[in-house]
Amino acid sequence: METRYRELDPSLFESADIDAYEGERIAGPPVGFWRDAWIRLKKNRGALVSLAVLVLVFAVAFVIGPLISSHSPYAQDLSQRYLGPTSKFWFGTDKFGRDMWTRVWAGTRVSLYIGLLAALMDIFVGVVYGAVSGFLGGRVDDVLQRGIEILNGIPYLVVAILAMIVFDPGIITISIAIGLTGWTYMARIVRGRMLQLKDQEFTLASRSLGASGFRLVWKHLIPNSLGLIVINLMFTIPAAIFAEAFLSFIGLGIQVPEASLGSLISDGAAELRFHPYLLWLPSLVFCLLMICFNLFGDGLRDALDPKMRK
Amino acid sequence: MIRYVARRLVYMLAALFIIVSVTFFISKALPGNPFSNPKLSPQIREQLFEKYGLDEPLYVQYAKYMANVAQGDLGNSYYFEGRSVSQLILQRLPVSAFIGIQAVIFGLVIGMVLGIVAALWHNTVWDTLAVVVAILGVSVPTFVLAPMLQYWLGLKLGWFPIAFFESWIYSVLPSLTLSVFVISTVARFMRTEMLEVMGQDYITLAKAKGISGLGVIVKHVLRNAMIPLVTVLAPLTIYIIVGSLVVEQIFAVPGIGEQFVQSVFVNDYAMILGTTIFFSVLFILALFIQDIMYGIIDPRIRVAGAKE
Amino acid sequence: MNDDNILEVRDLQVSFSTYAGEIQAVRSVTFDLRRGETLAIVGESGSGKSVTAKSIMRLNPEANTIVRGGEILFGQEDLLKLGEKQMQDIRGPKIAMVFQDPMTSLDPTMKVGRQITESLKKHLGMSGREASRRAVELLRLVGIPNAEQRVKQYPHQFSGGMRQRVVIAIALACEPQILIADEPTTALDVTIQAQILDLLRELQEKIGTSVILITHDLGVVASVADRIAVMYAGKIVETGTVRETFYDPQMPYTWGLLASIPLPTADRSRDLIPIPGSPPDMSDPPEGCPFAARCPYVMRICSTEFPEYTTFSAEHKAACWLHHPMAPNVEPPAQVGGAR
Repeated sequence: METRYRELDPSLFESADIDAYEGERIAGPPVGFWRDAWIRLKKNRGALVSLAVLVLVFAVAFVIGPLISSHSPYAQDLSQRYLGPTSKFWFGTDKFGRDMWTRVWAGTRVSLYIGLLAALMDIFVGVVYGAVSGFLGGRVDDVLQRGIEILNGIPYLVVAILAMIVFDPGIITISIAIGLTGWTYMARIVRGRMLQLKDQEFTLASRSLGASGFRLVWKHLIPNSLGLIVINLMFTIPAAIFAEAFLSFIGLGIQVPEASLGSLISDGAAELRFHPYLLWLPSLVFCLLMICFNLFGDGLRDALDPKMRK
Repeated sequence: MIRYVARRLVYMLAALFIIVSVTFFISKALPGNPFSNPKLSPQIREQLFEKYGLDEPLYVQYAKYMANVAQGDLGNSYYFEGRSVSQLILQRLPVSAFIGIQAVIFGLVIGMVLGIVAALWHNTVWDTLAVVVAILGVSVPTFVLAPMLQYWLGLKLGWFPIAFFESWIYSVLPSLTLSVFVISTVARFMRTEMLEVMGQDYITLAKAKGISGLGVIVKHVLRNAMIPLVTVLAPLTIYIIVGSLVVEQIFAVPGIGEQFVQSVFVNDYAMILGTTIFFSVLFILALFIQDIMYGIIDPRIRVAGAKE
Repeated sequence: MNDDNILEVRDLQVSFSTYAGEIQAVRSVTFDLRRGETLAIVGESGSGKSVTAKSIMRLNPEANTIVRGGEILFGQEDLLKLGEKQMQDIRGPKIAMVFQDPMTSLDPTMKVGRQITESLKKHLGMSGREASRRAVELLRLVGIPNAEQRVKQYPHQFSGGMRQRVVIAIALACEPQILIADEPTTALDVTIQAQILDLLRELQEKIGTSVILITHDLGVVASVADRIAVMYAGKIVETGTVRETFYDPQMPYTWGLLASIPLPTADRSRDLIPIPGSPPDMSDPPEGCPFAARCPYVMRICSTEFPEYTTFSAEHKAACWLHHPMAPNVEPPAQVGGAR
């Protein structure tokens, strides 16, 4: 069967140089895992805003706040009680005449400390426990998992309450109390990841090149779990802050004259009828922290989720 | 399946054992004792010690304590002279249970609807809205929400009573407060699960069979998405228990939570520890039931795989 | 539409909008499916073959799929223009599909029998009892022993090969006119692979279904297909009967494919020639022949214009500038056409 051909310029049929590189060019610029995640994260406006707000809150609480305000969180001035927000006292004063602006940010600092300390416990105990359990596998894993199963059965807030009854309330003790059983979730996740990674080929490859156990864990397995760890942290910190607030609310948390967001809210709730601003202001900061951690954590999770990659 | 149940049972008992032991040792570690009132003469103190068995060696006390707890005897309240802790707890149980269960049921229903809607209308306004509502719900703690509801719905609008517990309508605000978190958690969970299921191959296959959109959703998506929902049962239980502490305080509801907070205030250690054990039992039971239910609902666990 | 054809795809163009831009997965694909035949669509990952298959059944994800043009003619209708309800009447009884991974193709919480009867009840209006009986028959037909017990079991109680048989049973339940099998054996062991292919062939003869077989494995094509269409970067570059195409391929890409298959009977002095490079970026596809960047015979015109199709016989066509009379004469490498 004949096909009709168009008349074409003969020079077009000269051999062309193939650009060898062109053929090897992999479609699309090579994007590393983290860069890809960052690109995806940037698309999530909610998460970005949350991150910005969080950074802002941290900045104000730890740096800017103390620099700007001239008041101390403890100084009482009974002549200035119960003032609403004014130009001198930006957040007003409480029943002892203390400046609420300073108190709220001091409280935020305390709450953040506790959240971070509890998160640290999470990492140290949880990650190590989970990594050991997952990596070693076998009997060790079995035993360690039993441990977790049992610990899981103990409600962590109850443990925290009990702990606070025994210890004297203080930032460290509260953090320990909250972190006591909170790490089990992190341990579970890390273990799961270890098991996943162990089976993957790059582990095998690394091993066959002579990598020892420790090196394997440290250089390969943990970095690959970082994503999960970070995401989990984004949820542990607010959970810890929440737990502390709760403890304060029932009287087992931070004691006067120290303040935490929880104790401030608790005090504020009692004054709701006549001085609602004492409740609203710390609540606002608290909720803001919660929302932002949660949103950012969600966004981070979506961004790092390998299934979403095309 | 039997093995599964048996294992869960063992873990449950082990956890209970540990918790009760821990509470025992804590009670011994607590500063002071109920009879440190200096006005008591040494002789009377000795008598009281004997009466409460506080003079016996530690391991004996431990054994007795464990035995008692196993039988449901949590000792007597130090504050309410001679009243048994278990009795006090059980007396207040109906109120707390009512508010809690109402909150859970309401929250489950609304949460599921919200989650399903969000998943089905993914990436539209409704989805975003649902997600926002859900995030707010988990971010605003009970102790902020309760006073707010009290203020707006109770005082300003006067729709509901804000304190005490005389009839059903008194339970509305407390249950509503608790249900917000439930709604948010369930909605988020349901949405995530549904989205995950909708992306699975077998859903595409179901569509390839020519099953209608609605049919696919009802017969395949929902069933698969709801199975993991059982796993929120335990965390929700803990939330309700813990939440009740706050809610009952704020709404002055005579429930177990309020009693607990009171006992912390007056250092009624027997009450504190007894209630703690009670809460733990509830939670552990919820976990156990959840595990069992999961085993029943998910055919992959219920029916052992018998491959060729 | 030609009477010999049961399906005609004309100039199909499908893209996806993603966060990385628009990906043109299928860029003008045209082919026919004759009644009763098995047509294999072959290509690398990313060549657009799966998308083509899903497009026939309109199963691509609605949210980001854009059909940029073309027609899919089935009977009197253009499938691309039908509404969802009408498509639902076609999926199952007229056109059915088998997917690649049997481990995820079945609903884990529904008994296998019910997954079959679901289709029977909806499309054939069978009663519960009739449908159950038919389900058992179907399971037997696809070679599952103890069909009566098995029909009440869950997918996790079946092995991979068995599950794929179930999927085939589901697909053929309503005796469709067309069966699209998207890499049906890729996820299976080689021995099971053979069994499944045999089964497909057997059933095809029994029921008279026309089959579109998507695969990247030329061995599979050789054993079951009548005709073959080779796809690259969203376009069909060569098509013909299996015999013609395997013995007398006319396009460098096809040469490359055939030369890179290790043959157990080949003499050891024959080198395996992999095709260097990788497929182009479909969010920015090249002008001209997409294979130009990897083609050892590339000419200047190859990068500027997509070649016209040259017809070699009733069925055999290829798109390559080498067949233009002005092009230099080129012999396919010795490794190609092993039985020459």
